[in-house]
Formats: sequence, structure tokens, C-alpha cells
Amino acid sequence: MFLNHIYLIPLFPAFGAVIMFFFGRRLQKATVNAVCVGAVVVAFLFACFTVVEYTHFAHGTGHPFEKILYTWLGSGDGHLNFVKRDGTTASFNADAGFLLDPLSSIWLLFVTGVGMLIHIYSTGYMAHEGGYYRFFGYLNLFMFAMLTLILANNYMMLFVGWEGVGLCSYLLIGFYFHRNSASTAANKAFIVNRIGDAGFILGALTLAWYLGSFRFTDINVQARGGHFAIGDPVLTAAALLLFIGACGKSAQIPLYIWLPDAMEGPTPVSALIHAATMVTAGVYMVARSNAVFVLAPTAMKTVAIVGALTAVFAASIGLVQNDIKRVLAYSTVSQLGYMFLALGVGAFAAGVFHVFTHAFFKALLFLGSGSVIHAMSGEQDMRNMGDLRRRIPTTHWTMLVATLAIAGIFPFAGFFSKDEILWQTWASEGGAYRILWFVGYGTALMTAFYMFRLMYLTFYSPSRMSHEAEHHVHESPKSMTVPLVILALCSIGAGWLSWPHSLGGSAHFEKFLEPVFAREAVVLVEEGKSAQLAAGEKEAEHTDKTEYALMFLSLAAAGVGWGMARHSYARAAKGYKEPIAVDAPPLYKLLYNKWFVDEGYDYVFTGRRKVGKVRLGVMGAGEASSWFDAKVIDGAVNDVGWVTKAIATISTWWDKWIIDGVGVNGPAILARMISYPARLFEWGLVQWYALVMVAGLLGFGVYYVWK
Amino acid sequence: MVPITTLHYLVVAAALFVLGAIGVLTRRNVVIVLMSIELILNAVNLNLVAFSRMWGNLHGQIFAIFIVVDAAAEAAAGLGILIAFFRNKETVNIDEIDLLKW
Repeated sequence: MFLNHIYLIPLFPAFGAVIMFFFGRRLQKATVNAVCVGAVVVAFLFACFTVVEYTHFAHGTGHPFEKILYTWLGSGDGHLNFVKRDGTTASFNADAGFLLDPLSSIWLLFVTGVGMLIHIYSTGYMAHEGGYYRFFGYLNLFMFAMLTLILANNYMMLFVGWEGVGLCSYLLIGFYFHRNSASTAANKAFIVNRIGDAGFILGALTLAWYLGSFRFTDINVQARGGHFAIGDPVLTAAALLLFIGACGKSAQIPLYIWLPDAMEGPTPVSALIHAATMVTAGVYMVARSNAVFVLAPTAMKTVAIVGALTAVFAASIGLVQNDIKRVLAYSTVSQLGYMFLALGVGAFAAGVFHVFTHAFFKALLFLGSGSVIHAMSGEQDMRNMGDLRRRIPTTHWTMLVATLAIAGIFPFAGFFSKDEILWQTWASEGGAYRILWFVGYGTALMTAFYMFRLMYLTFYSPSRMSHEAEHHVHESPKSMTVPLVILALCSIGAGWLSWPHSLGGSAHFEKFLEPVFAREAVVLVEEGKSAQLAAGEKEAEHTDKTEYALMFLSLAAAGVGWGMARHSYARAAKGYKEPIAVDAPPLYKLLYNKWFVDEGYDYVFTGRRKVGKVRLGVMGAGEASSWFDAKVIDGAVNDVGWVTKAIATISTWWDKWIIDGVGVNGPAILARMISYPARLFEWGLVQWYALVMVAGLLGFGVYYVWK
Repeated sequence: MVPITTLHYLVVAAALFVLGAIGVLTRRNVVIVLMSIELILNAVNLNLVAFSRMWGNLHGQIFAIFIVVDAAAEAAAGLGILIAFFRNKETVNIDEIDLLKW
């Protein structure tokens, strides 16, 4: 009953958004809360019932449930047909259809669940802000778009949600639109995402052209049908294009630059959109396209390498940032890198599992940082914090839980997911990715360090607050702390869903996801390069001694990171020095300035850098070719034009003076000259006529007298 | 006392005629031109009356009366045209009244 009306789930928040759009301005805050938060609560409950019903429906087979409302794009009547690569005609068809399988179930649950908690939190956090209804309208609109994205049954519907969340991200980053930095950051996010979106749409169209459908189920059947060789160039291209889209949305190198700036938005937005849900859309899309990706090893390698590099790169920047939200932003980029690393080595389930746990602890970290900022009356610089542990206790212990989770301390959620990723990276493809394991391992160490640095600087070290700020510090209201507590419980428990076999668990989470990815495991095993082995072999490998060793090593890394942070920051008084700044000033400068990537992009892409009057980079090349066009091409065109014009001038002169002058006007002038004497007799003076008459009379008189 | 013969009349009339002709030919004001035409007409009248007296009948005198009436009509029509013209051009200078040459 719920399953059949699955399309209602996105419509609940859409309804809230529409109400806010038309009537929000006139509504009381309580009404706004009732409508918007209510819509998401209903969506969450509906989603829970739907997933429960789905598990009965699928009965453990993981068979996808599809609900097609109507044909949205295209038709079978031949109007929108396109010629497939094999010369047959397929119709351009995309339904308004909804797909529920284990993969979308997981996204559905945590998006609505975390979304609901963040909505509740926002009622407290935004209570004193202007544009209250606008904020909640955007949030609801975002929920609608995100749910459309994850419930879509084809790439076009997914793209609708994909663009929708991009739009909401833009609107919410620029929520404080009177601040120049916010509107710039919003533009940056939108434009960078647009680059990724171009890749996404090209990839989806390539797949449709090659496989004849936008529908995930059709594409999976085609891709798994054995018609395509591993490494098929078109599928590789399509997978790489889709990955460009994922890079934009999920903030991977080279398109990650928008996410740190997105922290200009209100903190609940950072938690919901830029940490827990929207930025995982790229991971979702790649996982959803797994059937295509496994046929494209080059694309898989690219995903793994980009993911690992992003993870370590962002973590290194996060080490030295002072803005509490920026640390978390780089942490998000870094964790997303982990997820792509997992996808890239073929451990789709591990990547999805990390998305799942990350949603809880990263949302919690952001909401906690929001609570800190709230307590500090808007201060975000950790250099001006310290000793908040006893003043905001709930915020403190919930954030501590999240930090332990993200650092990968047993038995918090992050331990299980991160450890699974590292283990899979180590084991996959017969060890071809071990170098990436080292990268991931280093990132784990850095993660622990920068997270505990954040904790020490914020909660434990001696107070560095101004007196005024210190005076105002207060714990946040219940509406904010209750979501924190719930998320903290999730951050502890979420990992247990996939308690690994090696620790005596049964990895329910991966079992649940297995049907979505199982066939891939088979393909990879056939190629002899996967850790995702068939079930029996997998367990054998999981009980390998190496896995325990790696597990211990990651715990050790977390412990070392913690210890280093404690050593450096536990006693950080006013005016403390960063240890990196003391020991390696150039490195500190490099990290603090984010490896100068934004500046580099200014040199290469944005065209803000000039040498003299010459612009650099792509824009410079554009200007140069514009100059070439204007001066050389147009110059040649103008020269040809000049010759034509000269000929025309001569021709005009000939026509004007010779043809018209001699031929046409000549006789006319002659006639006029002849007419002059005649005109003398008729020049209009009456008295002249009279004189002539008198003279004539006199003449006649004289003639007759003398005759 | 020399008797006044026809010749005397003719001389006076010729003088009047010449005065009128000079006036018509030389004056620029249309009103003066019209007056000069009256002079010419009256010179003719004088001739007619003189010859009527010479011949001892009234034919010439009747002609003269006709001419006087004709002159009155001509003056009325001429001055009417002149006034209509003046309303348009604000001038009675005969040199500027030359539209009909076209």
C-alpha cells in the first residue's frame, strides 16, 4: 500500500515548499514549522513504512520495485526516436518512474531521517534569523529534489533531482544574499556544479545511445548481458563522463573547490546539503551505474585514484584551517574521497556504507558546530574559542561522539565503514591498489589529527574568548540538542549494521546491498581482480590475519592522530602557535592557503590574472583568439571589403558623371539652355509686358506714319 | 481768344494718355497702376467726347458713358482682386505679383 504510492514521498516536502512559496510571508513561525517540519516527518514515516513493505516485497532477493506513473519524455509513436549505435531505432523514452531497491532504500531512509532531524534543529537555529519561511521553503524544496534524485528510475528523472538539489544548494548557500561573500560562494558552487552536470548529461546520453534506454533496470540488463567486452571504449567514456558529474556534485578533484566556500550558508544547510545528503549524490549515481562502471576498468581506476587523492589532499588542508566550519568542509571532501576510493576499487557496498555512517556523524559535527557558533554569538574562528566543554555540555559530548566516529575509533560508526574501505583497498585487484591504501591510511591519521585539533581548540584548551562572547555563552535550546543526541546515538550504532565477519558479525548491511552489486562481484571475479569475491571466498579472505593487522593499524593511526592533537593543542592559550607553522613555515603557508588551488584556477580558468594587459589561462586564450579573429580574420575580410568598396566607388563615379552626366543630364541641360532666351519674354513683370505692348504700338504707329 | 477746336481736345487727351501710360509702365504700386489705367480710359473718353462734339451727334458721348461704367466695374474687380491678393502676400508691389508666369 505504501509501496504503490512511493511517489508521494517527494511530494510531501514539495507541498511544503509550494505553501511557503505562495503564502510563507504571511504565516506565523509556528505554522511554518508545522507545515515544513511536518512534511518531512510525514515523508520520513512514509519512507520507513515503504522500506518495510519493500523488504516484504523483495523477500531478501533485492529485486527492484518500479512504479511508473506516466511517460514523461518521448513516446513510442516515433516522434522522438534516435538511431542507436547498431543502426536500430529506439525511442527517446523517460518515464516519471520510481525505483526502490536496497540502494535507494538506504538513501531514502537516511535522507529523510537526517533531513527530519535537521529540520527540527533549524527551528531552533534559525529562530532569530530573517527569512524564516524562505529558509524552510528552500529546505523543503531540497528534500523534494533529493528524494526525486534517489527514487528516480532513469537518468533523466535523476537529472531533474540532480539539478534541483544544485539549485537549492545555490539558493541556500546564498541565503544571506546581502553578504557579498555568500552570493559569490553561491555562484561558485552553481558554476562549478554546472561543469560536472555537463559531464553527467553527456554520459547519460552516451549510455542511452549505446544501450538504448535511460532506465537503470534496462541498462543493467544490457550491461550485464555479456554483450560488451570489459574495457569497451564507449562504456568507458560514458563512465568517465558520469564520473565528471559525480566530481562536480560530490566535490572531488578538480571540482571540489566550491564545497569549502559553500560554508557561507547557514549551518543546518551545511549539515544537510553539504555534508550528509546532496554531496553523496555523486556516490549514489556511480553506485547506481555500477553495472557500467565494472565494464570500464579505466574509469574504475580513475575513480579510485581521484578519490584517494581528494581524500588526502582535502585532509591536508583541513589540518591548519581555523574556521570551525571550514575544517569540517575539508573533512567532508576528504571523506567523500574515501567513498569514491571504495567505489573505484569495486567495493561498492563499503562505499555506500561509508556514505551511510558519514551522513550521521558529519551531520552531527556540523550541527554541533552550529550549536557552538550559536553559543558563541556567531563566532566561527577556533582561535577565539576554547574551554566550552562545561558551558555547553550536550553539544560537547555529542560532538565528541561524532569525532570518535569520524576518527575511526572502535566501536563507533566510522570505524566499521572506514576500516572496510581500507581493507577492500588493500585486498582488491590482487593488491594493485596497495599504494592507494597507504594514501587512505595517511588520510585516516590526518583525519584523527584535525578532528581532535578541532575538539581541543573548541572544548578543552584554555578559554581564548573575548569577555563579551564569554558572557553570552549558553547551551542551545531543546529543539537543537535533541537532534544532536539522536544523531549521536546513530553515530555510535550505525556501524553495527555491518559488523564484519572477522569480528564475529554478519555484515547485514552488505548482505542487504548484495543484490544490487552482486553481479558486479561475479564479473570482477571472472576477470580475476576483485576483493568482492563470491560469498564463500569472501569470508575466507575476511578472516585473513592481514585484516586484523590492518584493523589494528587504523586504530593505531587514529590513536596517534589523537595523541598528536592533544600534545599540540590541549594547552593552547591565547596567541598559541600552530606546530606546523613553527616547524615547517613554507608547508604551513601552502596548506593554510589551500595549496593555492583557487589562485591556480585564477591563473588557468577564471581569467582574473593578467601580465600587463595580457590575460592568462583559458580566458586569455579566448581573448587571444578573439584578438586573432578581430585583427587577422576580420582584417582579411575587411581588406576584401575595401577592394569591393573601391571598385564600387569607381563604378559609382562612372555612373554619376558619365552615364547620368553625359547621357541623361546632358540633353536636359541642353534643353534648359535653349529655354533661357524664351523665358526672357515671360519673366513675370506685368509692366514689362505693358512696355513691350506700348513699344509695339509705337512701332506700328511709326511704321504707318512714315510709310 | 483762340476758339477751342477738336485739336486742342486731342492734345489734352494725348497728354493724359501719355501720363497714364507712363504711370502704368513705371509705378510699382498696383493702386497707382489702377489709377493710371483710369487716366488712360479718361483720355479715351475725352477723345470720344471731342469727336462727338465735332460731328454734332451723341454716339461718342454714349460710348464715353459706357466706358465710365466699364471703368467703375474694372476698378471694383481690380481692387477686389488686389485686396484678396494683399491678404495672402501682404504686398501691393507689382514686381512681386509674378506667380502666373509659371
